[in-house]
Amino acid sequence: MSTVTDEPTDLGERKGAGARPTGIKWRDLGQRYALLLAWALVIVAFGALRPDIYLSAANFQTIFASQAVLLLLALGLLLPLVTGNLDLSIASNLAFSSIFLAILQVKHNFSLPVAIAVVLVGGLVIGMINGYLIVGLGIDSLIATLGIGTVLQGLALAISNGETYSGISSTLINLAANYRFAGISLGFWYGVILTLLLTYLFSFTALGRRMLFVGRNAEVSRLSGVRVARIQWGAIVGAALIASLAGVLYTGTQGAADPTSGLEFLLPAFAACFLGSTTVQPGRFNPLGTFIAVFFLVSGITGLQILGAESYVQQLFYGIALVLAVALAKLPERRRRRRRAAV
Amino acid sequence: MGVPVRQTDVETTNIALRGITKSFVGVQVLKGVDLSISHGEIHGLLGQNGSGKSTLIKVLSGTHDPDDGEVLVEGKPQGLPLVDFARVGFSFVHQDLGLIEELTVLDNFLLPHTARSSSWYLRWRDDRARVQRVLDDYGVHIDVRAAVASLEATDRALLAIVRAVHDIRQSETRGLLVLDEPTVFLPREGVERLFDLVRGVAAQGTSVLFVSHDIDEVRELTSRVTVLRDGAVAGTAVTGDVTDDELVTMIVGRRLAKHQGRLRAHDGLGEVVLKAMNVHTSLLAGVDVEVREGEVLGVTGLNGSGFEHVPYALFGALSDARGEIATSGGRFDLGSFGPGGALANGMAFVPGDRKREGAAADLTLADNVTMQAIDRHRPWLLRRDALRREAVRLIGDYDVRPGDPDAVYGSLSGGNQQKALMAKWLTTEPSLLLLHEPTQGVDVGAREQIFKALDDVRDRRTAVICASSDCEQLARICDRVVVVARGRVAAVLTGESLDKDTLIEQVYNTATILDERDEHKETSA
Repeated sequence: MSTVTDEPTDLGERKGAGARPTGIKWRDLGQRYALLLAWALVIVAFGALRPDIYLSAANFQTIFASQAVLLLLALGLLLPLVTGNLDLSIASNLAFSSIFLAILQVKHNFSLPVAIAVVLVGGLVIGMINGYLIVGLGIDSLIATLGIGTVLQGLALAISNGETYSGISSTLINLAANYRFAGISLGFWYGVILTLLLTYLFSFTALGRRMLFVGRNAEVSRLSGVRVARIQWGAIVGAALIASLAGVLYTGTQGAADPTSGLEFLLPAFAACFLGSTTVQPGRFNPLGTFIAVFFLVSGITGLQILGAESYVQQLFYGIALVLAVALAKLPERRRRRRRAAV
Repeated sequence: MGVPVRQTDVETTNIALRGITKSFVGVQVLKGVDLSISHGEIHGLLGQNGSGKSTLIKVLSGTHDPDDGEVLVEGKPQGLPLVDFARVGFSFVHQDLGLIEELTVLDNFLLPHTARSSSWYLRWRDDRARVQRVLDDYGVHIDVRAAVASLEATDRALLAIVRAVHDIRQSETRGLLVLDEPTVFLPREGVERLFDLVRGVAAQGTSVLFVSHDIDEVRELTSRVTVLRDGAVAGTAVTGDVTDDELVTMIVGRRLAKHQGRLRAHDGLGEVVLKAMNVHTSLLAGVDVEVREGEVLGVTGLNGSGFEHVPYALFGALSDARGEIATSGGRFDLGSFGPGGALANGMAFVPGDRKREGAAADLTLADNVTMQAIDRHRPWLLRRDALRREAVRLIGDYDVRPGDPDAVYGSLSGGNQQKALMAKWLTTEPSLLLLHEPTQGVDVGAREQIFKALDDVRDRRTAVICASSDCEQLARICDRVVVVARGRVAAVLTGESLDKDTLIEQVYNTATILDERDEHKETSA
C-alpha cells in the first residue's frame, strides 16, 4: 500500500485526534481580540500621557472622521484580497477620481450628481481594465495593477496640468465632512455602512462564501462548480468602484483636489487589511477587523502627533504595522506546523 | 541485446545494493533488497504501486537513509544516506523531468552545474557552443536557445536524459543513470528515440536502471530485470529468458486464496444515468463509457494510459476534452460542458489530489463540508447556525475525526480528509458520483468507512464511476471495470472474471494485446 509512504503523519494524527480539549480555547480567544486590546492599550497610554488633549471628545471625533477615506479604500481592497488578487491601483484610482471630480465640477460646471456618476463610471472602466488584464489575460495582479495605477497617476497629472482645483460644491463638503451624526462627520458613517455591508456579504451570503473559496483554492472552486473568473472579475471591479467612491469622499473632505494627494493611502490600506486579518476572524481578511485596524493605526499616529512626533513617524508606524501584521498572520500556521512536526 | 550478462561477476559489477531495508512508522517498505548492475547494463525494475520502487530510488538519491544494508559503487561501500550521490555519478530522470519550462534549453542544461558553481562570471558564448555540441553528439537536435516550453514532449525527455548523462560524465565513475518512468507521457515514436539514446549511453559503460510499469518496454530495452513485490525482490532474470506471464506472476504474486470480487446480480441495475461517446483528451483517444443507476463502474489502467482522465473529462474539468455525453438532462458537448454543467446534471466529483483539487486546505472542516450545501440555503441570508448544525451533522454522519468543525482541513489525516470530501459532495444527492483514487493515502480503517459510504450511495441508486490504479479496491467495490490502455478501452471485466489478479493481469497485458491488434490491422489493410 502506498498509504504509509504517502502520508507518514497519518497514524500519529489519528491518535492525537480525540485528545483535543473542548470548551473555551483561551489562546484562540486571545489571538482573536489581541488587536482590540492593543487599540485599548494605545488609548490608555496616550490618554495617561496627555489626558487633556487625547481623551477629549473632539480628539475622538477627529480620529474617527479623519480616516473615513482610508477606511473606504481598505474595505474595497478586501474584495480582491479575499479572492486571491492584489490591487495596487486603488490609491491612484482614488487620486485620479478625486481630481477628475473636481475638474468636472469646477472647470466644466457639471452638477454634483452627474459629476459623481461620471467619476463612478470611470472607476467602473478602470475596474474592467484591471479585470480583463488579470482574469482575461491571466497577468499577475501585482504587475497589472502596478501598471494601471501608474497610468492613472499620469492621467491625473495630464487632465489637471498639475494644478490644484478648489471651489468644490459645498453640498459635497457638507455631506462628506460638515454634517454630523452622533458628533462624527458623515464620512465616517459611510465607512460604517460599508463595513456592515461587507460583513453581511462575507458572512451571510453564498456569494461571500464562494469568494472565500476562490481566494483560498481556485482549482477546488472550479471543480466545485464555482464560476471563478466571474467572481474574481467582480471583486476587482468592486474594489475599483469603491476606490472611486473614496476619491469622491476625499475631494469632499479636503474641499479641493490635486493630482497627487491620496496616493499615500496605498500602504495604510494594505496595512489595515493585513492587520485586520489577525483579528475577529484570525487568518481571514474581514471587514470588522479592517475597521478595527484602521482606527488602531490612526489612534496611535494621532497620539504620537499630539506628543509632538515628527511627521515621518507616520510612515514608520504604517510600515512596521504592515510587516508585523503579516508576520502575526503567519503565527497560527507555524504553530500548527510545529505541532504536526512534533507528533 | 548484445550486452553480455554474467550474474554476479565482480569484474563487471558497477553498482551493487545489498540488503537495503527501510521502515516508515513501523511498516517495512523495503525488506532487504539486493540489486546489482554491471557496467553498460540496462537493468529493468518492475513492480506495482507501493511495491517499494520509489523508496528504493529515494535511497539511491540520498532522500531516504536506509535502516540497514549497503550501497557499493565499483566495489567500494558508500556512506549512507547517499547525500553525495552526484559525486559517485548517480543521476536521475524522473517522470516530471525536472525542467523549468520558462527557461531555455541552455539554462536548463546548466542548471545542475549552476547550482554548484561559485563562479562570478559565466561564459555564455562558450557554454552555448559546448552544450549545443553535447546535444548534437547524442543526436538530440534542438536549439539550445529555445524555451523548453516550446519543445515536443519527446525532446524534453531527451534533453533531461542528456543533461543527466552529462552530469555523470563530470564524476570520476562511469556512473548510474536512473530513469523513473520517463516514457509515460511520450508518443510511440518518441519512446523509440528515447530508447536509442539510452542504448547509446549504456554503450559508453554507464549503468542504467530503467523503472517502468510497462512490461513491453522493459522487454525491448533491458538485458536483465528485477521485480519488486511488497518491498522484497520477487526475482531477477535475464529479460530474454522470461515470459510475460512469468513477469506478471512475479509482479502480482500468487496468493493461495483468491480475493473474490463481489458477485452482484445485474438485474438490480436501473436506467442509464450517463453515456459518454468518443471521449478524447491529451491522453484518451476515443473512449465510450456508460453507467447505470446503482452501478459502480471502475476505470483503471497503467500510469499514463489515460484512465485518470475519465472522471475529470466527464465532469467537464478538462478544457481540452472533446466528445459528447448524454444524461437525463440532455446531450452535451464535453468541450463546453464545464463543472457547472456537470453539477447541474446531478454529477459530483471527488478528485484524488485532496489538498490541491478537493478542498481549501487552510479553511476549516465546517467550511469545506458545507461548500456545496450552501446552495440549499437562502443564498442572500445564510443562517450561520443552521449551516453549522449541518456541518456538525455531516461530520458525525461520515465519522470525520477529530469531530471539531473548526479544525483546519489540512491538519486532518488522509482518511478523514477523504471522508469530509465524501460528505461535502454526497449532500448534493448526486445521480452520478465520480471518484479518482478514493483511498489513496487513506489508512485501513477509513478505507472501510469509505467503502461503507459507497455501499450506501449505491443503495440510493446513485451511479458511481471510480478511476483507480488500486486493483484490489476496484475488485472489491465495482460491478464492472473498464481497463484503459494507450487511451482506449482495452478490456471490460464483469461478474466472476472481476477479481484482483485478473484485473492486474489485464492492466499489464492489454498494452501488448492492443499492439498486436494494431499490427493485424496494418497487415490486413
